Amino acid sequence: MDTTATSAPAHHRSQRTDNYAGHDYYGVDELLTEEHLLARDAVRDWVKQEVSPIIESYSDKAECPMHLFKQLGDIGAYGPSLPTKYGGGGMDEIAYGIIMQELERGDSGIRSMASVQGSLVMYPIFKYGSEEQKMKYLPKLGSGEFIGCFGLTEPDHGSNPSGMVTNLVDDGDAYILNGAKMWITNSPIADIAVVWAKDPEGKIRGVIVEKGMKGFSAPEIKGKLSLRASITGELVFEDVRVPKKNVLPEIASLRGPLSCLSKARYGIAWGAIGAGLDCYDSALRYSLEREQFGRPLAGFQLQQKKLAEMITEITKAQLLAWRLGSLANKGKATSAQISMAKRNNVAMALDIAREARQIHGGMGITNEYPIMRHMTNLETVLTYEGTHDIHLLITGHDITGIQAFS
Amino acid sequence: MKILVCISKVPDTTAKISFTDNNTAFNTSGVQFIMNPYDEWYALVRAVELTEDGKGETTVINVGPAANDAIIRKGLAIGADKAVRVDAEPKSTHQVAEEIANYAKDKGFDLILTGKETIDYNGSELGAMVAEMLDQPYVSYATHMEVEGTTASIKRDIEGGVELLEVDLPAVVSAAKGMAEQRIPNMRGIMMAKRKPLETVPASAGAEHVAVKSYELPAAKGSVNLIDAENMDELVRLLHEEAKVI
Repeated sequence: MDTTATSAPAHHRSQRTDNYAGHDYYGVDELLTEEHLLARDAVRDWVKQEVSPIIESYSDKAECPMHLFKQLGDIGAYGPSLPTKYGGGGMDEIAYGIIMQELERGDSGIRSMASVQGSLVMYPIFKYGSEEQKMKYLPKLGSGEFIGCFGLTEPDHGSNPSGMVTNLVDDGDAYILNGAKMWITNSPIADIAVVWAKDPEGKIRGVIVEKGMKGFSAPEIKGKLSLRASITGELVFEDVRVPKKNVLPEIASLRGPLSCLSKARYGIAWGAIGAGLDCYDSALRYSLEREQFGRPLAGFQLQQKKLAEMITEITKAQLLAWRLGSLANKGKATSAQISMAKRNNVAMALDIAREARQIHGGMGITNEYPIMRHMTNLETVLTYEGTHDIHLLITGHDITGIQAFS
Repeated sequence: MKILVCISKVPDTTAKISFTDNNTAFNTSGVQFIMNPYDEWYALVRAVELTEDGKGETTVINVGPAANDAIIRKGLAIGADKAVRVDAEPKSTHQVAEEIANYAKDKGFDLILTGKETIDYNGSELGAMVAEMLDQPYVSYATHMEVEGTTASIKRDIEGGVELLEVDLPAVVSAAKGMAEQRIPNMRGIMMAKRKPLETVPASAGAEHVAVKSYELPAAKGSVNLIDAENMDELVRLLHEEAKVI
């Protein structure tokens, strides 16, 4: 795999123009700052230039556009709300959300590349790492020179991470790491992995595993019919000797990985709106252009119902995300509130993709339009970072005080 | 080297154009505005290339109301060092040129850059007017520019070829496609833009000599008239008598 290319080869480029201009039915833009709008427009321009012309081809061929890792670093899409000293952008949480929204408007896989790097790799090192670890890894992750991945889920422990079997055995100045992780975005190409494993006392610790460590491999998971432009794999550890200086010193519980997931889920709550907006945008344009029985599809009540419900749900999701962002800026967004927004907004986007597919008729099943790509991508987004069902039970737990899943 | 880049606010290329007040004013309702692409992609980016990393200083100037600050901020995010907004409602090119010339006359800029035209009125007038008011040389439609000491080497496309020019600085140059490549501001640039100075100066231009009387939209496209392939005589008659093209 070519990790040095700076642009997509010509055979991946299409001539299709991307005329997306956003939809803001409730004037939510007025709730945003100049800096949010500049960030939004910059990422939107970048997506139009670098993602829209190539994404159908990469997705179709199940290839990862490797050259975009560096470009995402150049525009500042990795950890935008982390301090600049550590390779972040020094922006607020709403800016981070907006960046994820615009990336996912292009493709959920591209957004995944950025949110894994920022929220699941940079964030834990920033939050729980030593100063030495921060200075060693964060600037290179922020610029895209390093690619990172995050290992929590195991083949037999998905919604139940506390049951993990990956473990650390004390060996003097190092730990011996054994176990396996599954469904790891970016793993086959990652330079480092933040891996969560149980120490000899049974506490969950985060360790930074580097590519090339003996006994560490990351085979690719093939045959995905979703997030096809994003690369996914396993992490396999067979007696990997990890120096103790690679252990994140400031955390020794499941709270560590869960706090990272809260960050990432927050970004997904915004990101999914982007996918929904792209499907709505395409459906609205198509229904105004395509005529049947002598008038545009958009003139028929059943199609108007679909379109009107789409923009209603998008508007509600936008307001939910904005309010969640305002809470996050004050450090007051709870993980249960984030669960609600992730669950609602992803399901909203998936419903819109399905309705938009119908409006596009037969054309909706082709890659002439982005609908099926978004739809299949969103099936993953519905499940990863806490499933649709688990998030519902988190809300249930939060309002009743009774946990229904343990 | 000190460069002044004139940036203008224009409707987005996808905006629907209509007029109000008895066709004397552009209807801005629902219109999204952007920085004029010729100013942004070519003039500003080339100025930043020539001045970044301590090689000099780029100032962007806009004549307009406070609402234009968002576009000025984008200029700073792309890499300009500071910005000036002349607080006036732009009514004509002459007025805008006079404001820019009044501001620039005692600031010692080595170069004043503009886009070759704005994408709304497409007048291509501003650069020449500013140059005349400042009594400086002017080169329009530059597609390439290098600066060495007090001389700028400029290329521009002419019918069937390329013209190479040398111009003494200070000078005014209008930028065309080719002079630089679009730069999308990154998040760091956007955050730095917040801390860069944006100065507002009062209007100073004198009386206006040109006024817009009214605007007209081009005639709506007519419907398509399909003629049966068997009926060539009718096609020829229509082309001759109605379309009057043969």
